[in-house]
Amino acid sequence: MDRFAHIAANVLVENDRSAATLECTWSGPSLVAEQRCVVAITGADLDPRVNGTEAPMWTSVELDEGDRLSFGHRRGGVRTYVAVRGGFGGDRWLGSLSTNLMTGRGGVHGRGLATGDVLTVGESEWAATPGRTLAGDWRPRYEDHTLYAIAGPHEAAGLFDSAFAVSHDSNRMGYRLEGPTLRSPTVEILSFALVAGAVQLPSGGQPILLMADHQTAGGYPVVAVVVSASMPVAAQLAPGDELRIVETSIEEALRQRSAQRSWLDSLTS
Amino acid sequence: MPPRRSPARVRIHPLGDTALLAELGTRLDTALNTRAIALASALKKRRDVRQAVAAHGTVTVQFDPDQITLEALATAIRRAATRRPPLDEPGRLHRIPVVYDGLDLAAVAEQLGLSPRQVIELHGRPIYRVFLVGFVPGWAYLGPLPDELVLPRRAVPRTRVPAGSVAIAGQETGIYPLDSPGGWHLIGRTSVRLFLPDSDPPSLFRAGDRVKFFATAG
Repeated sequence: MDRFAHIAANVLVENDRSAATLECTWSGPSLVAEQRCVVAITGADLDPRVNGTEAPMWTSVELDEGDRLSFGHRRGGVRTYVAVRGGFGGDRWLGSLSTNLMTGRGGVHGRGLATGDVLTVGESEWAATPGRTLAGDWRPRYEDHTLYAIAGPHEAAGLFDSAFAVSHDSNRMGYRLEGPTLRSPTVEILSFALVAGAVQLPSGGQPILLMADHQTAGGYPVVAVVVSASMPVAAQLAPGDELRIVETSIEEALRQRSAQRSWLDSLTS
Repeated sequence: MPPRRSPARVRIHPLGDTALLAELGTRLDTALNTRAIALASALKKRRDVRQAVAAHGTVTVQFDPDQITLEALATAIRRAATRRPPLDEPGRLHRIPVVYDGLDLAAVAEQLGLSPRQVIELHGRPIYRVFLVGFVPGWAYLGPLPDELVLPRRAVPRTRVPAGSVAIAGQETGIYPLDSPGGWHLIGRTSVRLFLPDSDPPSLFRAGDRVKFFATAG
């Protein structure tokens, strides 16, 4: 969901950007290192600890054999990412190691992790350096719930600048947004292929923000598309969180995108 | 000599900062669909395009804004869209048994001013074309539906529709391959498996295939 945090975690442990990480939602697991390894924890602050002592986020950390990485109370955001040098192993399906819960494919046996699972770690040519860190200024400001968006192919008045809350009826496919009831603009349209960040407006007038596991096609009007640089913030919203969708230009969106990417590139050097 | 093709009119809408929607037309039309499929396969070969997915008469293009601007890509798409698509070969024919006992059958019949029996008879009459495979793995958009069965989608989609549900909405019909959210009207169910996870692509239907439904007893 939060691609920035996922990539940053991989870059911190000197992995390929697409190596598999663990996405932990709401509460973190308790993981015991069966061999010495270097990990990084990014995304939501779920109070990471190594052997009970607070561990830094957005930083590569070495674990010795037998060390326990665990998590305490959620302090902000929803999804934390754990990367390990070498990447986590799993089943590849349709070219991806991601777990697809709807189809029960990919990742670790196509399901969420369970107590007792043993995670494999890929080979790496050299050990990663502990202590590499992403400076605080460069970390996403998850607490600012402003999502920038470009107007969509279909228009609807009242979407931009209104306050919405993420409904409890939300998941990795999409968030239903509770707020003013918007008037759906168009008559029926034929389904077209969708992208993450698209804001659909069914005729009931309650918008839906599409997230990582979104349906690949849909026929509700798309009234806005959240820009790529705002998607990490969207990924960290919890049901009940308030948000605002603010219209921006493509130029400004691309500027934000480059700024975010230069943060990641700064880690590589 | 065949008549000269008029320049293709393609409407381009941005979808955020890294994607666009190229609209060749808004009608449910086989020729339009064939052109969209041809355009998508042409665009997939470009290095600045990450993904191009054809739908009924549109192509959704995800691109790399470091390599090309939206305007430059729009120009390239308009040029590519004037090329003549290959001849549309008829796809495979699938015959799908349906138990017509869907949750919405009675409501659909009432809204359309028909009896449930008439809805069933009309639904089984045409041979439908698969316009695209998408939404969730294995789902296919089939049409066109007889005019008598055309209804808007549900105002609020259901959060869970059982796998195997046969549904209609707008000018189209489809089968939910998995338990998933959905906004179409449920008129029946089938035991045919549409999502084939170990096949590539993982779907029974492909764009261009033909589908015929027939009623069967539960």
